[in-house]
Amino acid sequence: MNSMTSGTRAGSRNATSAFDAGGATPVLRVSGLEVTYYTDLGRAKALDDVSFALSAGEKLGMVGESGSGKSTMALAMMRMIKPPGRIEGGSVFIDDTDLMAMTEDEMRQARLSKIAYIPQGAMNSLNPVTRIGAQMVDAIKSHSARQSRSAIEDRCVHALRSVDLDPSVFRMYAHELSGGMKQRVCIAIGILLEPKVIIADEPTSALDVVTQRQVMETIDRVQDQINAAVILIGHDMGLMAQFVDKVAVMYAGRLVEVSAVRDMFTAPNHPYSKALISSLPNLDNKGVFQGIPGLAPSLLRLPSGCAFHPRCEFAMERCSVERPEPQNLEEGRLVTCHLFDEEASQ
Amino acid sequence: MNLKIIVKRLFFLVLVIWAASTIVFFVPRLSSRNAIRERFGELSRTGGFSPADLEKLIASMQQQFGLDKPLLEQYVQYLNQIIHLDFGYSLYKYPSTVTELIAQALPWTIGLLLVTTVLSFIIGTLLGAVSAWPRAPQWMRTFATPFILLTGVPPVIMAILLVFFVGFRLKWLPLGSAYSVGVVPNWSWGFFFDLMSHQILPALSLILGSVGGWVLSMRGMGITIQGEDYVNFAEHKGLTGGRIFRDYYLRNAMLPQVTGLALALGTVVTSAIIVEGLFGLPGIGSLLNLAIRSNDFPTIYGVVLFITIAVAVLMTALEFIYPLLDPRIREN
Repeated sequence: MNSMTSGTRAGSRNATSAFDAGGATPVLRVSGLEVTYYTDLGRAKALDDVSFALSAGEKLGMVGESGSGKSTMALAMMRMIKPPGRIEGGSVFIDDTDLMAMTEDEMRQARLSKIAYIPQGAMNSLNPVTRIGAQMVDAIKSHSARQSRSAIEDRCVHALRSVDLDPSVFRMYAHELSGGMKQRVCIAIGILLEPKVIIADEPTSALDVVTQRQVMETIDRVQDQINAAVILIGHDMGLMAQFVDKVAVMYAGRLVEVSAVRDMFTAPNHPYSKALISSLPNLDNKGVFQGIPGLAPSLLRLPSGCAFHPRCEFAMERCSVERPEPQNLEEGRLVTCHLFDEEASQ
Repeated sequence: MNLKIIVKRLFFLVLVIWAASTIVFFVPRLSSRNAIRERFGELSRTGGFSPADLEKLIASMQQQFGLDKPLLEQYVQYLNQIIHLDFGYSLYKYPSTVTELIAQALPWTIGLLLVTTVLSFIIGTLLGAVSAWPRAPQWMRTFATPFILLTGVPPVIMAILLVFFVGFRLKWLPLGSAYSVGVVPNWSWGFFFDLMSHQILPALSLILGSVGGWVLSMRGMGITIQGEDYVNFAEHKGLTGGRIFRDYYLRNAMLPQVTGLALALGTVVTSAIIVEGLFGLPGIGSLLNLAIRSNDFPTIYGVVLFITIAVAVLMTALEFIYPLLDPRIREN
């Protein structure tokens, strides 16, 4: 697997380098990440050569239809892909350490201390039979045993405070908290060890809009405090538009476009991003909804060439034959589409 | 847990004991048999009583046990006895008191039945938990299978098979009885090992048959819990496998098991009657069996009431323990 890893890394170096141009050295560099699920019906490539980089303090929004590989990417970065899934290759560098090259126990230590995951179903993500405090304390203890009880408690209370929760939550049980409070407890747990990278997997999916906003602002604020890179996974383009710096669009396990949020919403490059943006309802033509024709393809039987070509209104002949590779455009944008082939070569 | 709930539970405890004792009082009286007459009839066949003396003797005994009074008066007297936990003399084993008989029999039943029930609960719950835990090694997970197969064998058949093969054919362990014939119970290691060697077969027949049930129920619950978000999040938090298993998975998955344990403790005596009978152990089950066969109703009352009180108290205790295990039911 090692040789494979280095091979894919070399292949996609081109794609990563564009983001370094943004200024600061990226804290997170993902390259050539590949995940395959071995099902009874065949192999499903859930993540295909995904590469991107993120600097400290930056927020990346990850969007795409259900099954496009967003959550798989998050799990792969945490190295929590369960059989029948397998990480086939790629590297995830946080500063100078490759998570994929770590031993099982090193990776366990890295979870939460280097890379934290804030779960999708926060409603059910807390143990119902133990106190919130116990669930924060055990997280710290399993990373650094040599700490006094009171120091650990101070740290937990500090984390609770920074997500706007009362310290009394420490002694409470999950069933005594509202949905928004539970989500904020999960965020507090996520920042306990001040990780370099935080992945928030649809952190607002089960919340009402007011609470959604509060939770997003909480994430915003704690990110500033610990200067972490944040990856925000979600469907809600409106929420993304307000909170992230960059947007990455996934389709059938591939990254089809990465752009700064303003560019993405005003001038999307990839035809799929265009379709996504224009499917958003807007105030100019109320009541008119524009969907994307066709269905997301099954990962087991991907269309030949570009996976999006059957639904693409700009599809050319070569789109159904030749698979497009990710390429860098101006201003650090990345796109995976044949339409930009000449532009890049010029 | 507030005072109102505690008082309510204790009230129900008393209610259950009263209802049980009333039923127990009237049922043996439906029989037309007369234990005293039968007992003395037996004696008169061996000794030489004149029929007139016999009638006088029976009448005086009836009087002593209060059996000549109206039924309702006997019932009131009986309730009074229960309150003082005094069940009077045994008819069959006169002049032993019922309390003495229970005290003699109890250690045997607790030693065997209670211990095996709790042991199979612990073994079965752990095996079931491991068999549903995806990160447990494969060889550990297959451990549960033979026990699941054995649940199909009734304990009686299991006991007979064990006695036949291990005791009779292989002669590894004694066939039955509580300890070797001719040995006087004492506090020595020799007696202890003799005692234990007699308990192994009964214990095995009980454990082998009941572990599988615990395994199955725990496995079912474990499969649900291991997929819960909080177990996943625990792994995301970087906890060690052991801690996730114990605090996140086992703690939650075993909640229904505790209810099951309460129910199982209720049936302890039912299996005691069979197993103690089969292996010739002088426990509560054998005592009850003998009392029923000789229509010795003071002993029946005593044993059944004792069991009822024990089970009811255990259940109530469990109801008080349950909120400690699951904070969600504390408030209501």
